Amino acid sequence: MSLDTPGLVPRPATRPPRAARRVAGLLAIAAAPVLVLGVLFVLPVAGMVAEGFVVDGRFAPGAVLDVLARPRVHRVAWFTVWTSGVATLLAVVLGLPAAYALHRLALPGRAVVRAALLVPFVLPTVVVGVAFRQLLGEGGPLGFLGLDGTPVAIVCGLVFFNVAVVVRTVGVAWESLDPRPGQAAAALGASPWQVLRTVTLPALRPAIVGAASIVFLFCATAFGVVLTLGGVRYSTVETEIYLLTTTVFDLQAAAALSVLQIVVVVALLALAARLRATPDPTAQRAVAPARAVRRSDAPVVVATLLVLAAMLLPIVTLVLGSLSVGDGWGLDNYRALTTAGDDQALLVPVTTALLVSLRTAVDAMWMALLVGIVVSLIVTRRSHSVGERRVRSTLDGFFMLPLGVSAVTLGFGFLITLDRPPLDLRDSPLLVPMAQALVALPLVVRSLTPVLGGIDDRQRQAAASLGASPWRTLLTVDLPVVWKPVLAACGFAFAVSLGEFGATSFLARDTNPTLPVVIFRLIGHPGEANYGMALAASVVLAVVTAVVVLGVERLRVPGVGAF
Amino acid sequence: MSHARSRAALTTSTLAAATALALAGCSLAGGDGSTATEPSTSSSDTGQGGGTVVLATHESFHLPKKLVRAFEAETGYDLEVRAAGDAGTLATKLSLTADNPIADAAFGVDNTFASRPLGEGAFAEVTTTATPPAEYALPEGGDRLVPVDSANVCVNVDTAWFEREGLTPPTTLEDLADDRYRDLFVTPGASTSSPGMAFFLATVAAFGDSWPDYWTDLLDNGAKVVDGWEDAYYGDFTAGSDNGTRPIVVSYDSSPAFTVSGGRTTTAALLDTCFRQVEYAGVLEGADNPAGAEALVDWMLSDEVQSALPESMYVFPVMPGATVPPDWAEFAPQPTDPYEVDPAEIDANREQWLTEWTDVISR
Amino acid sequence: MLALRDVTVRYGDATAVDDVSLDLASGQVLAVLGPSGCGKSTLLRAVAGLEPLESGSICWDGEDLAGTPTHKRGFALMFQDGQLFAHLTVARNVAYALRLRRTPAARVAARVRELLDLVGLSGYDDRLPGTLSGGERQRVALARALAVEPRLILLDEPLSALDATLRERLAGDLRSILHAAGTTALLVTHDHEEAFALADRLAVMRGGRVVQQGAIDEVWREPVDEETALFLGYARVLRDAAARRVLDAAALPPAYAVALRRSALVVDDEGPLRAVVESARVTPELVRLVVGAEGVGSVDAVAPLGGRVAPGDEVSLRVDVTRLAVLAITP
Repeated sequence: MSLDTPGLVPRPATRPPRAARRVAGLLAIAAAPVLVLGVLFVLPVAGMVAEGFVVDGRFAPGAVLDVLARPRVHRVAWFTVWTSGVATLLAVVLGLPAAYALHRLALPGRAVVRAALLVPFVLPTVVVGVAFRQLLGEGGPLGFLGLDGTPVAIVCGLVFFNVAVVVRTVGVAWESLDPRPGQAAAALGASPWQVLRTVTLPALRPAIVGAASIVFLFCATAFGVVLTLGGVRYSTVETEIYLLTTTVFDLQAAAALSVLQIVVVVALLALAARLRATPDPTAQRAVAPARAVRRSDAPVVVATLLVLAAMLLPIVTLVLGSLSVGDGWGLDNYRALTTAGDDQALLVPVTTALLVSLRTAVDAMWMALLVGIVVSLIVTRRSHSVGERRVRSTLDGFFMLPLGVSAVTLGFGFLITLDRPPLDLRDSPLLVPMAQALVALPLVVRSLTPVLGGIDDRQRQAAASLGASPWRTLLTVDLPVVWKPVLAACGFAFAVSLGEFGATSFLARDTNPTLPVVIFRLIGHPGEANYGMALAASVVLAVVTAVVVLGVERLRVPGVGAF
Repeated sequence: MSHARSRAALTTSTLAAATALALAGCSLAGGDGSTATEPSTSSSDTGQGGGTVVLATHESFHLPKKLVRAFEAETGYDLEVRAAGDAGTLATKLSLTADNPIADAAFGVDNTFASRPLGEGAFAEVTTTATPPAEYALPEGGDRLVPVDSANVCVNVDTAWFEREGLTPPTTLEDLADDRYRDLFVTPGASTSSPGMAFFLATVAAFGDSWPDYWTDLLDNGAKVVDGWEDAYYGDFTAGSDNGTRPIVVSYDSSPAFTVSGGRTTTAALLDTCFRQVEYAGVLEGADNPAGAEALVDWMLSDEVQSALPESMYVFPVMPGATVPPDWAEFAPQPTDPYEVDPAEIDANREQWLTEWTDVISR
Repeated sequence: MLALRDVTVRYGDATAVDDVSLDLASGQVLAVLGPSGCGKSTLLRAVAGLEPLESGSICWDGEDLAGTPTHKRGFALMFQDGQLFAHLTVARNVAYALRLRRTPAARVAARVRELLDLVGLSGYDDRLPGTLSGGERQRVALARALAVEPRLILLDEPLSALDATLRERLAGDLRSILHAAGTTALLVTHDHEEAFALADRLAVMRGGRVVQQGAIDEVWREPVDEETALFLGYARVLRDAAARRVLDAAALPPAYAVALRRSALVVDDEGPLRAVVESARVTPELVRLVVGAEGVGSVDAVAPLGGRVAPGDEVSLRVDVTRLAVLAITP
């Protein structure tokens, strides 16, 4: 290996002071986002876990460890792993053809389809739960399948939520895949299937692994969808933590499961990082133009349409439900959205809640973006030593953690750790957006790092040698390339915040509930009109989300910004 | 050149717009005053009190704005309601923050969850002007938690459905395990739903230690266990959903008042299957504004609030002087002798019961 | 002028640049020549301020640059693939540094025109880099680097990404542009022809160290050792008896080692060396031979075109003294 290529050098036996200085400098820049995550994530989770470990003021880990030996814990852990595993596998299998068709073929209206596929990802779980139960319930159109309340229904729900992640992450990678090696293989006599198996899929492996690991995290920490679709017979680690904390008040057991969850998530992230190739900074970002659809593409297109239909079915059920009035059809449910519901079920009209949602989303967006940009910049800057690269990749994983940790643990942790000055945040109106920003942060980082990592560092050096200060370099080299993905990340953060329910329902205050919270309340109140309003409000939420995502779609740079 | 310039201009303007959007009125922080927290410093000249009184409650809490305004005018306190999560979440929050309370007063802890926050010392002693009937008082901690409302969780039947089918509706818990009612019953789960828990406690009260046998029979008879009350009522109950296939559901004694059509109700609550849930209010230990909290608890026992409870929260008032809506009086009779389980016993056994119950239903 | 004193750059515990001292007078072009991995690019980056020094100093006109960040050094850096800003037009790329200094628009436009003329790309103003050929891109990169008249221009293998014909043409252009602009330049390359085409002075680098430096013809005439000689394009190094035999034939004093270019031995009936032709290959300008020379062994030689030399022929050779170098090494 050439010495002209720094970074790939033997590991230093004794770290020279210069490398140590650089690592120290790196940590200094990283201090702000790390502090933010430390306060808003590590501290609350640690505080809640400590409740379980400390009994009567004494550190007593024995009780927690005993919990891990319970057969029920084993059953719950196994159920979580297998449902998440199967759902991840299915999401990948269903997502791959769609990723290809929507990113490599010039299908008419593919931008709209891509946006439509993302809607489920940001829909509140309550709404999806309702839609699925309408569909799969004993009296529903698919009731004859007898899936209601079975693990199959849970897996279906998880797949429904997460196919979009696979389509997007893999599709973007597929878009920028050089088609020539595949053509070379074909020239050597490989059939299309062999090309796929021996050239294309291996090249896509990092993207597939990346998508699968995110999907697995989402599945393993899914809460509402498991509760609603699985009924009460099935418990995952996440629902069990909820049950143990709120119903049983067994904080030791909850702490044990939280720790188990964190350990598994960290291990998974480490594994995924190892399997995911780091972007080669000298690689050209070439986007193969989408090609016209041929007859031989029929299976892929049909598969994509089937996936799309399966995705749309619950949503269509929802729309039909919202339009049904008494025995006929009408827009009454939509008109009712400006009221506070039948019997004043709500303190505020749904339209007001929508405004609150939008304002909360703006706050969550700038918070996630501010931290996300800094993190992405840090993570993608070139490393000068092994130690430095370790620090960077650790940071990268660190900011993914909020994806994999129980919202219940985090929510209660907020209450018990952020309760005193100078960190008295639990009464702050910004607490909800902060929590949502935490959820959106990994997505922001994941959409910006491939783009920033794709900028050749020598571009920045060329600018510097021409007299541009670091700040000017950022403005003139990074920003022009990154502004579209930044806007896309804005859209994502915004959409995620619009749909966030778990943390929000826990932290939102009565006087300013967000739309998902209001939908949940409407469903929980008796009265046919309230139920119809809940469905109508869900449709409104879905439409707003779809519009935002479509906007994001238009701004996305082809070939970058995994999701 | 112009291409690049217009792009730069677009970049700049987009960023400027985004910044402006975030910093101007769109943000919650920069928004109207009602969203900003004001610590107990703002005072009002009217009334004898002053400052803000903060109420922690669950997400089902709701009272008419008019009443809240009257309370504020009368007492001089500003009422700030923090409602989030269900009753279990509320109880957990109060228990975890017993040393630094999240509010001045709390409402919504019920008899199934009361022992926990009481045990953690979350509530302070309280004296009220009005005295609710003794039948609602907790055996322990009655000096700290004041009953405000009650609701009985009862098995409901779709009487219209039974008429159409020419079948006699069930009346007792035992009936639900009868072969005639095979595949007709749906209940929310005890582990995930507050009414589900109440129904489970009714079976514990009714069958004692042999409740697992009863549940086994129930499930053998095709009973369906779902996640939440709304799933059961709006997903599976024939009178709650067009797609519903089950005419027997666990719901409330007040539910028949909501299925009135043409001067009669199409559902009925089986009054021999009920478990009574009582919701309590109290002053939190270490509250910033204990006087305001006590005034708030007093207010919740006032005739106005008590009479508003049925319409606002679908529960019955505890004070005898309160009025209930005509539909309620006519169609929602309350059980006279509901099942009861001592809160201390619930607290002591909850985990074991739930574990066993989950084992039974996942068998 | 640029002065490097005992400069050392390390990556971890690997030393990329080891105790290098160099001088470069204003207006001169210095080429640092070395095989890939010798540390020459690192040296260039250190001068640019992109790599921190482990020890030593880099001075400009006697002023130590240690605390001066890249963008304040006034050294323009040109990469082997240009590194144009893909989102900016050619004109905007060239004007980049001018606009950073808030130069008035009219002056910018004039300077851009002047520079594009200089690099032979008039009229390319509004093209985007993606539409240019490799050679055009390098010219734009050069124009961009020259725009603010940097006190030093740093060239990282400026021609190596181009194909042979283009390289030759651009090399000539580059040299005349650099001379016309009177620019001081530091060039790193692994290609001795690129170095000879552009530089006045040469420094040979190997394993992180500068093994030889001086005026280009000096270095060329007296390579310091066998590896350097081979790297400078000498084809073979003869030792002992073989070296003495060749030097004797050239009427030069005896030495232990001599490096020969491929054209050092010329077929000449009057020549003092006897040899048997082993192979012959015709090129457009002369015939290249491998011969077995008496007392020397297998060596390269050349014959004029039309000489009709074939393998197996016996020939006489004379030595062209301008095409050999006596190496100052001992056994």
